Amino acid sequence: MNATARITLAALLCVGLAACAKKQEVKAPPPESGPPVSTETTTTAGAYTPADLDTDACLRQRVIYFDFDKDVIKPEFQQIIACHAKYLRDRPMARMTLEGNTDERGTREYNLGLGERRGNAVMSALEADGGQASQMNVVSYGEERPVCREHNEDCWSKNRRVEIVYTAK
Amino acid sequence: MRNPRLLLAFLMFVCAGLFATQTQAQGLTVQIVNGVPSAIPITVVPFGQSAGPPPSVDIADVVSMDLNRCGKFRALPKSEIVETPTVGGEIKFPTWQQLKQDYIVVGKTSDAGNGALRADFELWDVNRQQRLLGLSITGQGSDLRRVAHQIADQIYQKIIGVRGAFDTRIAYVTAVGTGNNSQYSLIIADSDGYNPQTVVRSREPLLSPAWSPDGSKIAYVSFEHGDSAIYLQDVTTGARRLLSNKRGINGAPKFSPDGRRLALSLSFEGNPEIYVMDLGSGALTRITDNLAIDTEPEWTPDGANIVFTSDRSGKPQLYEVSASGGAAQRLTFQGQYNADASISYDGNQIAMVQGNGNVYRIAIMDKSLGGQVRFVSPGNLDESPSFAPNASMLLYASTEGPHGVLYAVSDDGRVRQRLVLSDGDVREPAWGPYRQH
Repeated sequence: MNATARITLAALLCVGLAACAKKQEVKAPPPESGPPVSTETTTTAGAYTPADLDTDACLRQRVIYFDFDKDVIKPEFQQIIACHAKYLRDRPMARMTLEGNTDERGTREYNLGLGERRGNAVMSALEADGGQASQMNVVSYGEERPVCREHNEDCWSKNRRVEIVYTAK
Repeated sequence: MRNPRLLLAFLMFVCAGLFATQTQAQGLTVQIVNGVPSAIPITVVPFGQSAGPPPSVDIADVVSMDLNRCGKFRALPKSEIVETPTVGGEIKFPTWQQLKQDYIVVGKTSDAGNGALRADFELWDVNRQQRLLGLSITGQGSDLRRVAHQIADQIYQKIIGVRGAFDTRIAYVTAVGTGNNSQYSLIIADSDGYNPQTVVRSREPLLSPAWSPDGSKIAYVSFEHGDSAIYLQDVTTGARRLLSNKRGINGAPKFSPDGRRLALSLSFEGNPEIYVMDLGSGALTRITDNLAIDTEPEWTPDGANIVFTSDRSGKPQLYEVSASGGAAQRLTFQGQYNADASISYDGNQIAMVQGNGNVYRIAIMDKSLGGQVRFVSPGNLDESPSFAPNASMLLYASTEGPHGVLYAVSDDGRVRQRLVLSDGDVREPAWGPYRQH
């Protein structure tokens, strides 16, 4: 990669991050009484209770989306990871299944592997924020469970996801 | 047929016939997408009948369809068959020479008692006026399509010199409904899509059916208990055995050519790796050791090696490794994405899914031609190639609007036949082995 390409890429990344940050503001306004959704402050807020799963603006978000053929968690999803990790810390009895999914492109068996990789990436991130491996279980559905069935990027971007499913609160 | 009224009546008769066969196929329609002008011209004359009620199946029609869809023949349309000899002595060769036919098949059926029916047929070389075949095949009256497929196999072998594969079966998965109303079925059918029979039904995804070499069993992946597991099922009795439900992925089963081992992809040791399971003892041997996704194993015909998909170089590509493990050799270098190999019986051709950008097509790499690749499907989302046991054709899955559809395509890609389930998705085709009689 030459210098020009590097600068261009850096510029694109900045624009991308700014766009994402802006989107996040609109998407997840801090709730009135719930803990503010940032890693730093959630650790100091009061402990989560199962009721928060239905009311907390951050905990209610249970889907993490990915780029094509990638398992990297994008910066805009760090907040979601942080609040669910805090829930796991606050509720040691809580259990979750991380359901990895892909879009329809590529072969079904390879996509099972890719879905698992995404599930594992979310699990690692939750562990890094204090969740216990024993609280989590990864299942990959590959491309078998699309939420959108059209053959275009808009649809594919909705299908490339990990869904957090609480099996014990 | 100069009289227009007669022609109209004839057309209506043909249409009625088409509808009848669609009903028989229980939702599957069969259509030839394109044809090959250079294919061998052959006439299959409607079979005569000695006595009794007419057979439920137009044998000559089924034979013609078989020969047409393999891409190597061009059967004369029924409407152009001007004379109807039923034995060799009745053939007027100048007629068929004028119609530029190379071969002609004539035959007749007779009652063989106990519900059985006997078909006598002859294959003639039109130019040499020479009889090449004279055989009789007996089958149950309820299974006349199979008799027709066996006749087509005999003709194919005599003219092409390779065993025919029309009298074989295919397996595939259908998905109907969405969300909680989903219904998945593993189905086996004749090679032309007729006579579908459900082997397994589930509310959760089914995938990757694989035939045992003797055609008696199918291994497949089922999510019926939440996560993937591999089952082995007897297609006749329905008896079922759990082969693998380890933590993580249990996927991509494939029988070894001798039927004693199963290659599969398991992720219980951290990420998907290729293993070989001894079906007698259940013992597992790990074949690959890599942080990448290693999956979709396919045996070479001698059972010595396994070709598989791995993204160890960044994107999925095909690799080959000894079936006892060791270093893997990369096989594919053309195309961004190469996966899900199907190998021809002679080991010379490897069919795969090749992706470039958003276009995924079925490609065949010919080892005897120095790794050259040819495409046999148009895209955009084609997958799951599966060679016929004689490699004359392949099955693959494609999409058409919201639906998954199956195609059978000739090995040169020039004739495609579409098998469509009218309601829902059809996917994951697997062409079965030669049938054992």
